[in-house]
Amino acid sequence: MSDARLSVLKTYKLYVGGKFPRSESGRVYEVTDSKDNWLANAPLSSRKDARDAVVAARKAFGGWSGATAYNRGQILYRVAEMLEGRRDQYVREVAGAEGLSKSKAAEQVDAAIDRWVWYAGWTDKIAQVTGGGNPVAGPFFNLSSPEPTGVVAVLAPQESSFLGLVSVIAPVIATGNTAVVVASEKAPLPALSLGEVLATSDLPGGVVNILSGRTAEIAAPLAAHQDVNAIDLAGADETLAKELEIAAADNLKRVLRPQPVDNWSATPGTDRMTAFLETKTVWHPTGSLGASGSAY
Amino acid sequence: MPTTAPHALSDVTASDGTLRRFLHGLPGVDGVGLEARAASLGTRSIKTTAKAYAIDLAISMVDLTTLEGADTPGKVRALGAKAVHPDPTDRTTPATAAVCVYPDMVAAAKEAVAGSSVKVASVATAFPAGRAPIAVKLADVREAVSAGADEIDMVIDRGAFLTGNYMKVYDEITAVKEACGTSARLKVIFETGELSTYDNIRRASWLGMLAGADFIKTSTGKVAVNATPANTLLMLEAVRDFRAQTGVQIGVKPAGGIRTSKDAVKFLVLVNETAGEDWLDNHWFRFGASSLLNDLLMQRQKLATGRYSGPDYVTVD
Repeated sequence: MSDARLSVLKTYKLYVGGKFPRSESGRVYEVTDSKDNWLANAPLSSRKDARDAVVAARKAFGGWSGATAYNRGQILYRVAEMLEGRRDQYVREVAGAEGLSKSKAAEQVDAAIDRWVWYAGWTDKIAQVTGGGNPVAGPFFNLSSPEPTGVVAVLAPQESSFLGLVSVIAPVIATGNTAVVVASEKAPLPALSLGEVLATSDLPGGVVNILSGRTAEIAAPLAAHQDVNAIDLAGADETLAKELEIAAADNLKRVLRPQPVDNWSATPGTDRMTAFLETKTVWHPTGSLGASGSAY
Repeated sequence: MPTTAPHALSDVTASDGTLRRFLHGLPGVDGVGLEARAASLGTRSIKTTAKAYAIDLAISMVDLTTLEGADTPGKVRALGAKAVHPDPTDRTTPATAAVCVYPDMVAAAKEAVAGSSVKVASVATAFPAGRAPIAVKLADVREAVSAGADEIDMVIDRGAFLTGNYMKVYDEITAVKEACGTSARLKVIFETGELSTYDNIRRASWLGMLAGADFIKTSTGKVAVNATPANTLLMLEAVRDFRAQTGVQIGVKPAGGIRTSKDAVKFLVLVNETAGEDWLDNHWFRFGASSLLNDLLMQRQKLATGRYSGPDYVTVD
């Protein structure tokens, strides 16, 4: 019976604006495992796919940044639930992509799911950590609150195809940004499969957009794009990072330079969240309103 | 220009009966073929220098429109300034063809575009429904013309058209044309989304042209279905055939629903392939649009700098 069955190969597609398009260019490239065995064809995105992804991310920004932090946390937790249900698939894909044994790959996937839960918990707590009330010398009260930066281009780490990927996407969207993600060039399959999970976990279309292809080719138009507010260069090598940083300076993008990460499993801290937050400060007059002399 | 067409077709408007026979004698429209033709012309690839030319041409054809109950003189002034210099950071950007406003805003618009090539168009005749007595409609037109409108966009009486009372529609258009006098060009809006069939759009086009329209225009932008490539193609065929028979050239204005540069370029391809190069000029072809201009400007900036632009770099209207 099993011998007679034809294998059903999966067509990996991009995830843009909540849909699964092929590359606008029609191109694909071969993805192989660590021993050069063919795994699948992945879309080879062009700059127009990058442009379309930015448009989708911009469109989604208002709704996502305006959602309550509690609601964002619920949705991110839902993503973790969906990941858990597909655990075996990710273990298989990560093992293929990174040349890991099944048990090592399972460790990576478990860590990634836990990471997603961890960031889901942060959505309604980050404001207490980075914001606050500021006592000022005057009849005023002054509040600082963290605000999302906007559309963030994320170059996912090249080596850690799933744990690294989750570790750069989750902090960006947890705080209300929307993301255009360029998957690892050599190992894009777990990232493309992540799109399928995001599409079924109440995450509004366009909040995360996932592109696969040549990192340098897709990153260049993203870095120069006037409607991208920040860029995370985690997946760029030194030369590329320098070029992209220069291009990004044109519209004063926030740039997170690539930082050496030996072990993606280590506790990440809040740095990746705060990198894409801006502080809004609001002044409240507290002058007297009534005979009692109190504004409260 | 005389108020009635002095051409070979003038006898068809002699009576209600002849007009009806003529309009119903027009060949039926092959809807599937029309849509397929419009779709196939939409697949042309327009790149680099041709694209730059098309974008500049499209900008020069825009009737920058604001038709809201909340319009203020300030908003009209801002729109006028944008029409004259669509991209203040790049003075090589062509001006738009016109600004399009309600009659009571004509004076403000006129002042805002003074000294430029930008015309002032005004919708009139109880836009957008057209459900008002003829005297009110004509007064509306006269007000707009005396305030200085260069172009009048009138709506036809769709109720009369759909009941088959073609002569009433014809008479109304000729009366409005007369009220426009010699100074204002007349655009006739059919509201194609309410005419139900392609056959009706073809009939309305011929009716409008026979009655002396200078432009035929698809829609008001106030209903669900506005300009589509197919209905614009049909109207372009009508003006082409009308010129072949009478020698009189009529303009076409699709309005509503055209939001991206890509769409605009597709319409220009339709114009070039159907009516011909003579219509590739803002005297004969217009886009009724508001958000389209921003997309055209962003595409223009992309071609000039090589970087994708964003909505932060164009005005918010």
